[in-house]
Amino acid sequence: MGVSKVLTGNYAVANAVKLAKVQVVAAYPITPQTTIVEKIAQFVENGELNAKYIRVESEHSAMAACIGASATGARAFTATSSHGLMYMSEVVWWAGLGKFPMVMAVVTRALAPPWSIWSEHNDVLAHRDCGWIIFFAEDNQEVLDLTIQSFRISEDEKVLQPVMVTLDAFILSHTATPVSIPNQSDVDGYLPPPGSRRLPFILDPANPLTHGNLAYPRNFMEFRYEIERSMGNARRIIVEAGREYGKITGRYYDSLIEPYRCSDADAVLICMGSSAGDAKDAVDILRDEGYNIGAVKLRTIRPFPYEELRDICRNKRIIGVVDRDYSFGFGGIMHGEIKSALSDLHIPVQGFIAGLGGRDIRVEDFIQMGRKLYHIIESGVGEFPPIWINLRREVFR
Amino acid sequence: MPDLWEVRFHGRGGQGVVTASRILVESAFLEGKWGQSIPMFGAERRGAPVSAFARISSSEIRRHSQIYNPDVVAVFDPKILKVLDVSEGLKKNGLLIFNSVKGPEEFDFRGFRVAVVDASGIAIKLGLYFAGFPAVNTAMVGAIAKVTGMVSLNSVMNSIKANWSGRIGELNAEAARIAYNSIKVG
Repeated sequence: MGVSKVLTGNYAVANAVKLAKVQVVAAYPITPQTTIVEKIAQFVENGELNAKYIRVESEHSAMAACIGASATGARAFTATSSHGLMYMSEVVWWAGLGKFPMVMAVVTRALAPPWSIWSEHNDVLAHRDCGWIIFFAEDNQEVLDLTIQSFRISEDEKVLQPVMVTLDAFILSHTATPVSIPNQSDVDGYLPPPGSRRLPFILDPANPLTHGNLAYPRNFMEFRYEIERSMGNARRIIVEAGREYGKITGRYYDSLIEPYRCSDADAVLICMGSSAGDAKDAVDILRDEGYNIGAVKLRTIRPFPYEELRDICRNKRIIGVVDRDYSFGFGGIMHGEIKSALSDLHIPVQGFIAGLGGRDIRVEDFIQMGRKLYHIIESGVGEFPPIWINLRREVFR
Repeated sequence: MPDLWEVRFHGRGGQGVVTASRILVESAFLEGKWGQSIPMFGAERRGAPVSAFARISSSEIRRHSQIYNPDVVAVFDPKILKVLDVSEGLKKNGLLIFNSVKGPEEFDFRGFRVAVVDASGIAIKLGLYFAGFPAVNTAMVGAIAKVTGMVSLNSVMNSIKANWSGRIGELNAEAARIAYNSIKVG
């Protein structure tokens, strides 16, 4: 069953990368990601991981190197955060649209200005449309587990898309908790041997070919549809990979979402990332106070857990969505997506904006959000613009 | 004894508050408990006031929000008292642990319990220095173990020796043991 150690979220990623026997790591440092690639460098240096470690001059090059490695059939990994991800952005799209399997850890961090090193989800959500499978982890155990699973999902011949595993800055990246680490032999049996996958086209000097050539409008749309088919397949492959992972670890991941005390709930709070545990604690407290409430954690946002969410939300009286992100002139990004997914169910969907730039989202804040949902049910007043939690309104007087 | 302990560490950059927090969590983990070691969420500089946090519980802790109302505050450098209120948010009758040669009665904190250990003296006696300053963090963890009982001295010494091999590990474990046996509670 492996061993347990007290690990930060970043070291959980590094341990998963080692267990996955990644062959190429291209790295450029950025707070709060740096200790991921530092730890991997140590694993490579002391011989625990036999990988080509490429120190590049920018995140753009890090992703370009991973694409090159992936194109030859190698197992590739990189990690970044915030401005690093934005600088990398052009090639992040290239990896997704070109169907290059790889795994990237993204430590969520707000974009400047004002300068910030703390968590916010806009960096990841800016890359929601580029053909990457996107996981949000709740805790360090999930960070390690999802990173290992991601290699299997990414390299599945029915998927062949890159995968992002995201973890919140400091809240997970630098916080240490016990983490159960599976045995190498179990992971070896769970993942395909590195470099063994059958890409339809492999870069090989003996058989030269070109990737990314001009596609005329007559051919272009089919490339896009092919990615959507892969995303559709990924829904099933993710669940399958999560179940199989349970067989080696006892930790089963059998859905794109994780509902908590939802079956008899009137109201459901939906969130993602590291605040999901605080939401669950709040649900327990609210239940003791007589509120019939539950919580849902989104584990993937791409593919979007459309059916899973609709099944959970179908008979509810109200849904709340907590966004650690914002689309200016619109509202919470996940609020908009979830509202759209549930539109024909005619359930009010209230948005909450919380935790931008790393502002703490406390259990008490989730309790307030839960009570607010009930207030809306009782007052019968329909939907509101998103509510900003703990906004210091006095600043605007 | 509470089922959830929340601890805040105050020190200066370089004094090892984050490592102390991690050693405490690893000690609890050796006993089959659960813990979270939480650094101050920010950029840290050597010599500047810094803090770290820990949660210890018998069962898994789901929440990740920050600690506002600790049960215990450990102060690695009492000169920090001049620049910040170390008792901020501390629970009523909560515990303040100072690294100092003074007696507990010399600290004026009404409504709280005060304990004092000469962690600097212990480090100097054992020749434990980090970047030229006495390495007080392992002694402070030993002191916390004694006055709270949240972990045993044995677990603290074992986790210290798991972090540093050889003589450094032995000396740091010894620092924890001396602090455990010499802390004075007011």
